[in-house]
Amino acid sequence: MRQIFEEELNELHVRFSEMGMMVNEAIYKSVRAFIDHDKELARDVINSDQQINKREVDLEQRSFEMIALQQPVTSDLRMIVTVMKASSDLERMGDHAVSIAKSTIRVKGNRRVPAIEKDIADMSEVVKNMVDEALDAYVKEDEKRALEIAKVDDKIDDFSNKIYKACIEEMQHDPSTVVGSMDYLLVASYLERIGDYVTNICEWVVYLKTGKIVELSSNLDDIM
Amino acid sequence: MQNYSADDKFIRELDPKDHEISISTEDLHVFYGDSEAIHGVSLPFERFKITALIGASGSGKSTYLRSLNRMNDNIDGTRVTGKIMYRDLDINSQNINVYEMRKHIGMVFQRPNPFSKSIYDNITFAPKRNGVHGKETLDELVETTLKQAALWDQVKDGLGQSALSLSGGQQQRLCIARAIAMKPDILLLDEPASALDPISTSTVEDTLLALKDRYTIIIVTHNMQQAARISDYTAFFHLGNVLEFDETSNVFQRPKITATEDYVSGRFG
Repeated sequence: MRQIFEEELNELHVRFSEMGMMVNEAIYKSVRAFIDHDKELARDVINSDQQINKREVDLEQRSFEMIALQQPVTSDLRMIVTVMKASSDLERMGDHAVSIAKSTIRVKGNRRVPAIEKDIADMSEVVKNMVDEALDAYVKEDEKRALEIAKVDDKIDDFSNKIYKACIEEMQHDPSTVVGSMDYLLVASYLERIGDYVTNICEWVVYLKTGKIVELSSNLDDIM
Repeated sequence: MQNYSADDKFIRELDPKDHEISISTEDLHVFYGDSEAIHGVSLPFERFKITALIGASGSGKSTYLRSLNRMNDNIDGTRVTGKIMYRDLDINSQNINVYEMRKHIGMVFQRPNPFSKSIYDNITFAPKRNGVHGKETLDELVETTLKQAALWDQVKDGLGQSALSLSGGQQQRLCIARAIAMKPDILLLDEPASALDPISTSTVEDTLLALKDRYTIIIVTHNMQQAARISDYTAFFHLGNVLEFDETSNVFQRPKITATEDYVSGRFG
């Protein structure tokens, strides 16, 4: 019995890791498409999202079945709960990649601002690394690393503020950039939300290892 | 089976300021002839709580449970050393009146074992022998104990019928009623639901949860889900040692000892 359960757990783990890679690729491609104004690549991201959504449903079904049939406890239960919760975060990250891709399709022909696009590219690089590292921390069940990664979210928030200010200035300076800048603002906010979801995943890595539920979000600092 | 070190253990201490201790053991050893079955177990049992003793077959949990009301005295060649503290009294000492002590520490066994008598006589048998008389008193005793054991509504119209005509779950609840008829402080239960179907198991569990308002309950169980469902504390026995004693929610979510983790998640046992 236990051997079959071990195999099922391992399968769950592998399929979750694959989902992480799918989402990471979607984020990377969506930003690339936005910067390069590549509508084809943007459509590719939108179409691939179905696979991500299907994978989330698949992971949920497997998790429910394992809970019902195997009645897992301790680290087995934590693994299944982590996959269920973190896969929902990954799915939302995928949705934001789709939103960025949709902006790309819209933005074509608008007046471009290279300096802001550079900031968005840099921001996306930080986000992508953060996603990579969080998935790595999950695989290695490294809760200390997860705590470190969550701190990078501050850096993303800084980028977000910087881009916001630059867009406002640009719009005041040259009204013909208003439509394009609105999209820059949206993309930056999608990336910022993705960073928040990565922080959630880091929280689940801490739970996976220690059984403790922690709140790593830095958003509270803004209002307190 | 993997070897686990007996030195690697976690025993939660219960501060007497916050936890009233009903019974406890200090360095309890049990020997069957030359072989040592329990290697010095010290555990506290909180009043009005359910403590589950879990562990693989042969881990010593039933031996330990039976020591708590000196049932092991009845097995030739058995020797128990260490202290069993109950109301500031070491009930493991020689000068203890064992029969008197067992009125305070009752026991229910794995298989329902009602006497081949009426339901009424099963409950009143021991109280009568201990000087409780008078129809009214005995009637009241039968009613209250059967109510506490959640059996009254099902048997109140047939108290004269044979206890053996009851279903397995009902018989086990009758045995629980019989044990509490002597108004003990502590109830020891040795796998009380393992011979019962799921519905009867569930009714016995409900009964135990209702009884913990009045009694300190210590239960040996092989059923992990049962321990998780009903107990407040869990002690994990392995090869005659307790390797972990903690609140049940900790034991089943984040145990501190690898052996416990492996056992409760079914990696051995």
